[in-house]
Amino acid sequence: MSTLAPPPSETSTLPELEAVRAKFPAGSILPQDGLDQPTWTVSRDVLAAVARELKENTETRFDLMLDLCGVDFPDREERFEAVYHLYSLPRAARLRLKVPLREDDAVIPTLIPVWQGANWFEREIYDMFGVKVEGHPNLRRLLTHEAFQGHPLRKDYDPARRWILTEDKIYKPHFDLPEREDDLFERMTVNIGPSHPAMHGTFRLMAVLDGETIVASDVEIGYLHRCFEKMSETHTWQHVIPYTDRLNYCSSFINNVAYCRTVEKLLDVEVPPKAVWARTILSEFSRIMDHCVCNGTTLVDAGGLTNFWYLFQPREEIYGLLESVCGSRLTVSGCRIGGLIQELPPDFEAHCRRLLEIIPPFVDDSEKLVNGNRIWQDRSIGIAAISAEEAVNWSWTGPCLRASGVAYDVRRAHPYDLYDTVDWEVPVLYGGDVYDRFRIRMMEIRESLKIIRQLLDRGMPEGPYIVDDPHVALPPKEACYNQMEAMIYHFKLIMDGIQVPAGEIYEMVEGANGELGFYTISDGSAKPYRNHCRPPCFPIFSTFPRLIKGGSLSDAIVSLGGLNVIAGELER
Amino acid sequence: MSQPMVQASQTPAPPAGRPVLKQPYPAEVKPYRPSFAERLYLPLLGGLAVTMRHFLRNLFGRNKMYTIEYPEQRRQYSHRFRGHHILPTRPDGSVRCVACFLCAQNCPAECIHIEAGEHPDVNIEKYPVVYEIDMLRCVFCGYCVDACPEEAIIMSNNYDMAYFTREQSIVGKADLMKPFTFDESQLGYRPRFPEEDAKRAKMRHDAVNLVEAARQAQEREARAAGRAYTGTNDQGRDSAAGAGVT
Repeated sequence: MSTLAPPPSETSTLPELEAVRAKFPAGSILPQDGLDQPTWTVSRDVLAAVARELKENTETRFDLMLDLCGVDFPDREERFEAVYHLYSLPRAARLRLKVPLREDDAVIPTLIPVWQGANWFEREIYDMFGVKVEGHPNLRRLLTHEAFQGHPLRKDYDPARRWILTEDKIYKPHFDLPEREDDLFERMTVNIGPSHPAMHGTFRLMAVLDGETIVASDVEIGYLHRCFEKMSETHTWQHVIPYTDRLNYCSSFINNVAYCRTVEKLLDVEVPPKAVWARTILSEFSRIMDHCVCNGTTLVDAGGLTNFWYLFQPREEIYGLLESVCGSRLTVSGCRIGGLIQELPPDFEAHCRRLLEIIPPFVDDSEKLVNGNRIWQDRSIGIAAISAEEAVNWSWTGPCLRASGVAYDVRRAHPYDLYDTVDWEVPVLYGGDVYDRFRIRMMEIRESLKIIRQLLDRGMPEGPYIVDDPHVALPPKEACYNQMEAMIYHFKLIMDGIQVPAGEIYEMVEGANGELGFYTISDGSAKPYRNHCRPPCFPIFSTFPRLIKGGSLSDAIVSLGGLNVIAGELER
Repeated sequence: MSQPMVQASQTPAPPAGRPVLKQPYPAEVKPYRPSFAERLYLPLLGGLAVTMRHFLRNLFGRNKMYTIEYPEQRRQYSHRFRGHHILPTRPDGSVRCVACFLCAQNCPAECIHIEAGEHPDVNIEKYPVVYEIDMLRCVFCGYCVDACPEEAIIMSNNYDMAYFTREQSIVGKADLMKPFTFDESQLGYRPRFPEEDAKRAKMRHDAVNLVEAARQAQEREARAAGRAYTGTNDQGRDSAAGAGVT
């Protein structure tokens, strides 16, 4: 097996980062060589100041807080680590901040004044690790139940532990609302969900209404929480793939690709061209499918059922393709580390071309029904509008951010697979409302079709569908039966699992609704030490109370559909 | 590439090939402005034409409709579908599995339970006395099929699984070896075998015939000897568990 490439050394000496570092006391920031991006170990005392400086300094301008997660190292003196991933949209640069914390003093300052998007991430780290956040306005459990005891992602928490969660300790909504005596009797609090057809999945919305207008609201999530990250730690690298299917189940293939790419980067294996080609095509088909689901259901929320049928037919056909490749429709598990699940079927190209014929008429019909339709325009233009500046502050990515006017797409900014070899555009709109989010998804469907068409014209590359490395991929069954060596590799790989070299990495792809990243730490064993998923809809949904404030309840329902929040990914 | 946002303002020179976004971002949103025709509801006519076209097409071409009348009609799945598992048999009708536990080890859902026993034939050594799959736990990922070094577990494209009790969902050897699953047209996920491989297909076809021949031979013998035909030689917990499943 190829060993891990030595980390690039120039990352720690980027001049603009050095300039920021020089402004702080010596020893409070320790730069490290990251495998994938520059990494700073920051002392907690200067964290808030460093964050503000990194954001406001015109040379660095880290305006997007992508992710915050915790890591537990029980053997270290400073047991916990809070890991921030920052991104600079103007410079397309990344930075990782690590804040070591002692167990008896596990407190971090809140970064909400710098990045609004930190809000839920900080609640999550409190919930999962028990790290307290100083200055947080609503520091309560987010993903687990209020009556849950302990912090599940700590290493000493037994994964088999069960709690009986009763109703006496339920989530009390936190309304960002000044209490005014004279207004109170005119207001009404309405609860929607968690099992309500308009709450796509299992969200609970509590809204304070003044007449028809929402004056404040709060959401509760976690009904679909299954602690995917804890389960990853008790399973081998290969076994995590079926779990990733269940993150964004509308486009599970993209999740597979994201996770497999992360592990492949740690392993430093090169995926064969045929697998890369098929991954790109199937990812784009999955994206089309996801956008169809989102747009179809948004219109159902607005009362237009016809579109739903037109947009679900392409999805049905794409499921047929995925099933003929991977053997399953929804939870495809289509990738393996190093390649694909199996050889592409002989009619793969013909099947794809047939889909390219089938899909556009349905999309056209749907657009004809909706675009320019004043009934839909009246329901959607200016509804749940958010400006680009605010969306970036709330850590938005993906089509929702592009509908606000920021052309950030991982496929273009950090090309992976074959995206830099095809000709396509990043659509941008400037309305930032439900109408533009709908339109941008339709435009992206067309761009995806364009990408697929070009790749099909190029033809399927020859060669294997999975890397020929017996330490990573199972040998072919024929070899297994006939060669002793292959049989031994087969047994070793299944009994011991893939041995991934120690290291940490953050790898991202453009998921169907934003940047889907996996932050993975390996300690050199057969199981991930820590596997964190950066769910794109998590920060988007945390903005929801802000988005619907001042609108009517029916507008809130329409705007939820347009955000494309998937509970499986949101709550992991 | 034509990104409207691409331009280098006063930002430092970016690394080559990377897009640069304008900063600051638009702080105000610019919503779509409907045209005069749109405000007059005119584009609705186009939409009505689309619905009318679909309506007429569905009315006069009902055989072209996409709906499937399940369960009378069924969707045809490919021969890779990951459905109900099958335990293939040897020509004499006994189970092919050698109880090596690789499938149980490779199962992410931990839903396979095997109890191994000694096989009378020294060349085979082991066989599963009990082989159970908890179908309610199973996620149908196909990892057990990947792991099997004997082609002793494969999948069918049978997706009809419904149970009245949780006990029924734990299927034993008797269910997994049911002869209907050997129908050539119902086989599912068997990775790393090129589907167009004629030799392989013929082998499998022959194997199926052999199984049937062996079965019939056993049945004839049993009838001649005046015994009831029991199916397999293996007696165990699973046959009792399987009896409850119709």
